[in-house]
Amino acid sequence: MSVVGDEKIRISDLHAFYGESHILHGIDMTVMQGELVTLLGRNGAGRSTTLRSIMNMVGRRTGSININGRETIDMSAHKIAHLGLGFCPEERGIFSSLNVEENLMLPPAVRSDGMSVEEIYEMFPNLYERRMSQGTRLSGGEQQMLALARILRTGANILLLDEITEGLAPVIVKKLGEVLLKLKERGLTILLVEQNFRFAAPIADRHYVMEHGHIVEEVHAHELEAKAEMLNTYLGV
Amino acid sequence: MATFLGINLFGLFGQLLVGLINGSFYALLSLGLAIIFGLLKIINFAQGAMYMLGAFFAWMALQYMGINYWAALIFVPLAVGAIGILMERFLLRPIANEDHLYSLLLTFGLALILQGAFTHMFGSSGMSYAIPEELKGGNRLPFMYLPNYRAWIIIASLAVCVATWYMIEKTKLGAYLRAGTENPQLMQAFGINVPLIVTLTFGFGVGLAGFAGVMAAPVYSVSPDMGSNMLIVVFAIVVIGGMGSIGGAILTGLGMGVVEGLTKYFYPEASTTVIFAVMVIVLLTKPAGLFGKEA
Repeated sequence: MSVVGDEKIRISDLHAFYGESHILHGIDMTVMQGELVTLLGRNGAGRSTTLRSIMNMVGRRTGSININGRETIDMSAHKIAHLGLGFCPEERGIFSSLNVEENLMLPPAVRSDGMSVEEIYEMFPNLYERRMSQGTRLSGGEQQMLALARILRTGANILLLDEITEGLAPVIVKKLGEVLLKLKERGLTILLVEQNFRFAAPIADRHYVMEHGHIVEEVHAHELEAKAEMLNTYLGV
Repeated sequence: MATFLGINLFGLFGQLLVGLINGSFYALLSLGLAIIFGLLKIINFAQGAMYMLGAFFAWMALQYMGINYWAALIFVPLAVGAIGILMERFLLRPIANEDHLYSLLLTFGLALILQGAFTHMFGSSGMSYAIPEELKGGNRLPFMYLPNYRAWIIIASLAVCVATWYMIEKTKLGAYLRAGTENPQLMQAFGINVPLIVTLTFGFGVGLAGFAGVMAAPVYSVSPDMGSNMLIVVFAIVVIGGMGSIGGAILTGLGMGVVEGLTKYFYPEASTTVIFAVMVIVLLTKPAGLFGKEA
């Protein structure tokens, strides 16, 4: 197990808006160094918006978002990544006008000890084979690997991952689970938005359950069994 | 006189040369437009006015400050680019989130203001700018006489176009530009200062027009309406090539110059309309343009 230490993300009373619509209604949460925390909930509960708010990609946000002890609520979007954040968007955000290697090398380093390109190609051999292909010609799974690899190279040590298993074959989902565990062993802090509870349950330390832009429940890994019923009512369809 | 299959080669090559020279200017201007449109989604109607500014700045620099052609070739594009940067920062950015029609109208208005101001100051008849000493004279080739300055236009324009293409398609900076065109928000989230890139890109695109203006000063008359005359044709070329394609803008610019030149030889009456005829055909058969990506 990794050592759990300092607070990497502390969010208090976060409200977020897209134009006139008020999406997040006062979120409070913390993620500690080395933790893997998931945001669970139904579609539209505000989980992706929480990640996008951290990156300042929403229309307007109020409250407080502390990253590594720095208040970021008034920080411009392009400065936030340099606090050590890596964001992997739900739609993966692979650039079609760039080839695989250009996509991989695109984001500037935000910390000095990122994974080297060799390490990344070792972790994702498919990307090496297809490094000259157009980014969007990769399969869905390969695109997801690329989106993840891209932020690992920057040295980001806080990863915000949005629905990385969505629409992928079970064998690739399994591979992603292994990758996340490896990253956890390296001491990275991960905040994961996940629909696939069976994927998230065995690897996460903690879960926040969201509904209608609120956090309605916090569940520690060891409480999962006891709270299974409650989780089912929140997550079931 | 040299003829081949009844074609007067001397006349044909002469028109081809004129076509290539016009094509060089078309390429420089449509390249600037394509770069700006790609990243900012702004159709810069002031591009022609910036070309006119480039020519006038070169003329004024020589007249009032004794700055020669070679110095003007460096410093005028920088000055025009700086004007572009101010324009983006203080006029276009405040309306960046509005409908693109607003920026189109704004740049169109700016073009009219600039043209009007220069007509007021210098009249509309036009001034001449001497060909620099080093590029006077020419060479007699088998089928034509090639003035040195005209050869220089083609070489220098091509060099600038190719260098720009290389920068955008093959370098890291260019990768930022291409990715910023696709998904600026995600680029910000990666820690890249997209607004700064947007401003510099606009300045660069406009600076290309300034460069074209300096190049044009010795061969065309330096007059306030030189930009608006050019711009209509350049827009047709951008439509033919397809908005946003860098290589496409260069090739279409040169190609259409040649098409125009050939038409001048074979059927001069159609030479001013041939580009628009090509535009209509392209729009009917390939609406995204020859090099454009289908939306």
